Amino acid sequence: MAHTTTEHNSTNNGHHGDHGHHGFSHPMPVWMLLSVFFALLFLTGLTVFQAQFDLGNAEIWMSLTIATIKAGLVIFFFMHLLWDKPLNAIVILGSLIFVALFLGFTLMDAEGYREKLIFNSTIKESQPGQTAAANTAPAMAK
Amino acid sequence: MTAIQETHTAHHDDHADGHHHDHPSWLAHHFDDAEQQFDSGKLGMWLFLVTEVLFFSGMFCAYALYRNRNPEVFEFCSAFLNEKLGAINTGVLLFSSLTMAWAVRAAQLRQHKLLVGMLGATLGCAAIFLGVKAVEYSHKWELGLLPGKFYVAQVGGHHGAHKGYLEMLCTVPAIVTALFAVYAIYAWASKSLFHQRVAGPLLTAGICFFGGVMLGQYLEAQEEAKGHAGHHEHHSMVQGHVDHDSHEHAAASDTHASDHGAAAAKPTSPAIEMGGSPDVYIASEELATPNANVNQKSMAGLFFSIYYCMTGVHAVHIIGGMIVIAWLIVKASREEFHEQYFGPVDNVGLYWHLVDFIWIYLFPLLYLIT
Repeated sequence: MAHTTTEHNSTNNGHHGDHGHHGFSHPMPVWMLLSVFFALLFLTGLTVFQAQFDLGNAEIWMSLTIATIKAGLVIFFFMHLLWDKPLNAIVILGSLIFVALFLGFTLMDAEGYREKLIFNSTIKESQPGQTAAANTAPAMAK
Repeated sequence: MTAIQETHTAHHDDHADGHHHDHPSWLAHHFDDAEQQFDSGKLGMWLFLVTEVLFFSGMFCAYALYRNRNPEVFEFCSAFLNEKLGAINTGVLLFSSLTMAWAVRAAQLRQHKLLVGMLGATLGCAAIFLGVKAVEYSHKWELGLLPGKFYVAQVGGHHGAHKGYLEMLCTVPAIVTALFAVYAIYAWASKSLFHQRVAGPLLTAGICFFGGVMLGQYLEAQEEAKGHAGHHEHHSMVQGHVDHDSHEHAAASDTHASDHGAAAAKPTSPAIEMGGSPDVYIASEELATPNANVNQKSMAGLFFSIYYCMTGVHAVHIIGGMIVIAWLIVKASREEFHEQYFGPVDNVGLYWHLVDFIWIYLFPLLYLIT
């Protein structure tokens, strides 16, 4: 009895949140899966294509924007977040906020100290690059 | 019900314990119903993914800081990454995401054979990805493009000796594939439908790895052939960056500066000591001008530390994903999944998409720097 067939169980539990034929599951239509996939492929092609041009500073933002659109497609469609419980969406999008804070503040900090850390040519002259580089290697390799 | 399902339900006899007679074998006794079980599992998976995102963000932070500070190192080093292999791997991973999402659909619709097929395709794509990655890694190791202090400064015309790293990387997959082949023979001989369904995708995935290796080698050789013409320019640049040990700083920066059409060649020292901590700092007005001393352990070496760390941890996630997908193939071959119980497929799918998600960022950030 404890191990009745699945057929039996599905009818047993059918009354729990039975929206439509498939219970609480929402099978994604094939056309949607395929169109998301081809959109992702197209965006990959686009990001490879745009990398051929020297856009200077804009380049990183271009590729990050495209990557974020791709990531959005993956999260909302492949990972089903659009149809998921709001709690799950809050959880994962919340983590992205923390990542933004983490990266943002670290970069702000780096930016803030950049001015102070300009090295001048006198130091360059007085300190042979070789020894300085040798000193740097172990410290930075950490 | 099929014979496969009969044996499966019999297998679950032991831990059903006789209580909760209304509880099916796939529903843990502490859950009221299938949906509650599914939602709990899924929330747990999302929480795990949050830790994964934060974990990777640490490495992205290192990347962001280092690139922000030394953009020229990234320009220099990115030239050593084969863009074509990266793009192919992106496509392979995206395709595996498609098959994984399709597998979830198949599980929900009780399309058991399609489910095994889709999981097998996902596993195969993962294997191709790793095969291509193995070629990329071994090629770099032969060139001495190693992390941190192991980095060997690149000299023009240096193509790297064949040191058998690829064979080394292929050892474990070869053993695993051989084991799968033995299992496949056993499955075929025993005429067990279950074993055949499991062995097929596993053996295919094993072979896919070597397919990926061959694909990677082909593309790498193509790049090399093309490189003899195109790389000339690059190599002459590389030649300028003689290892810092060889006391040719001025010469190196001269070559580099002229390469980039800079008016004056500034001999730049890569490091100063400040507050007792030696580090590299570049003035904002110098950001645009390339640093001549990128071709050394503390510069390019650090890039490759970041590169290997990020792609390596990502590859470990791929391997972990392959193990759980193999487990799903076993379960799917027993026809365990249906519209009330597809949580494992869905949750592994979430994990797999996250691995894809990370790669979506890694690819342009590492390979596509101009």
